[in-house]
Amino acid sequence: MPTTEPVYYSLTCYVNGERQTLRVRAANTLLHVLREDLGLTGCKPGCENGDCGACTILVNGLPIKSCLMLAVEAEGLQMTTIEGLRNSPVLSVFARKQAFQCGYCTPGFIVNCHGLLSAHPDANVETIRFWLESNICRCTSYEEIHEAVQAVFCAEERCKAVILRELRRGRYGRNPSYSENHTTDR
Amino acid sequence: MIPFDFEYYKPSSVREAVLWFQQLQVQRKNPMYFSGGTEIITWARRNSIQPGAVIDLKAIPECGVIGFHQDRLILGSCVSLSVLSSANPFPLLSVTALGVADQTARNQITLGGNICGKIHFRETVLPLLMSDSRVILAGEKGAREVSIHEVFLHQIKLEKGEFIVQILIEREYLSLPFFHVKKRQIGNVGYPLVTMAALKKDERTRTAYSGVCVFPFRSIEIDQALNDATIPLTNRIEQAIGKLPAPVVTNEEGSAAYREYVLKQTMAEAVITLEGR
Repeated sequence: MPTTEPVYYSLTCYVNGERQTLRVRAANTLLHVLREDLGLTGCKPGCENGDCGACTILVNGLPIKSCLMLAVEAEGLQMTTIEGLRNSPVLSVFARKQAFQCGYCTPGFIVNCHGLLSAHPDANVETIRFWLESNICRCTSYEEIHEAVQAVFCAEERCKAVILRELRRGRYGRNPSYSENHTTDR
Repeated sequence: MIPFDFEYYKPSSVREAVLWFQQLQVQRKNPMYFSGGTEIITWARRNSIQPGAVIDLKAIPECGVIGFHQDRLILGSCVSLSVLSSANPFPLLSVTALGVADQTARNQITLGGNICGKIHFRETVLPLLMSDSRVILAGEKGAREVSIHEVFLHQIKLEKGEFIVQILIEREYLSLPFFHVKKRQIGNVGYPLVTMAALKKDERTRTAYSGVCVFPFRSIEIDQALNDATIPLTNRIEQAIGKLPAPVVTNEEGSAAYREYVLKQTMAEAVITLEGR
């Protein structure tokens, strides 16, 4: 039997470098807590079934579908949403290549691609294909998305070295050291 | 949005998890063990299941292990499929895991969760069936080690309150010649028409299947038919098809007749591939 009373849990996590302390229902998915409790509407509800990837965020650097994770599971974890990637090279390349049409799926693609760049900066075509298969674009803007991703991974070595150095320094939204002094209690 | 409430527990030991389950069971809260959680969240969102409490196993150290003890590979039930494939201790299991869902989802889906799911496919069990793996279970009566064949026949069959802690695979199986293919109607992500995995051990081919029937399976009778070198391959395959344990599935991916056609082609590919090795 489900419980009849809502059960709330204290949750402390780190979102885009900021420490957040929240009270959440155990039954709330991370997607809805990020959007409704923290106002981070960049992660989009699409299928809410783990198929489309519009709700993709990074958890401890790895892309996950926030519609398929309970918020209570995020205790102590580092999360990055599209709002935390405003200086990401991936974002600027997507903009420059106009790799979107309606734009609804775009945050998910950028977050996933950013996660790939951090985990596999020298990803080959096969690895890129494997990772990007997790996201769907209903407008079928795949040609432009493909071009943008290619541009990210084919950046000149000198340019890439700068990107990677900045990634490692947490320049693009993964900066745990920033978190302790920026607390938002909700 | 999940339309009902439940309680959440995150034990840090096997014993604590079992005790929570017992206690919640007494309270009639219909507890469920929770690993990657992707399937539980999906079913709960549809209101198809209504647990009153979930017990998250991911903080239990034994459930997160990938390593060797003597001559056995030990895999914790909460190891994610992407970590498992990346570590690659058992190549056939790695490629099978890479066929499940997509890369982002595989960061959440766990080995134990995939095996214990209600979805028809549960493909990661195929290499475990062929390698005669062993399973460490924990429950009210303590821990026990059993053959995968004792607890997985078409689906997982555990006692109330039991969960999979670890899966053990003999080292000799890890580097055997293998074959794996997942054939879909279209594309690289999605449910299979046919998934077939095969291992060659002691000059005999072992096979296991998902997507063909409404459950994944390994069949000794099918393996005997496919290994009968006294008759032509097409006859062996016809005999193997006659030994399927249940009707072939018809669904949006394909009709039973088309699936059977694809299965026959796949069996031929597997036998030809492995007989040459």
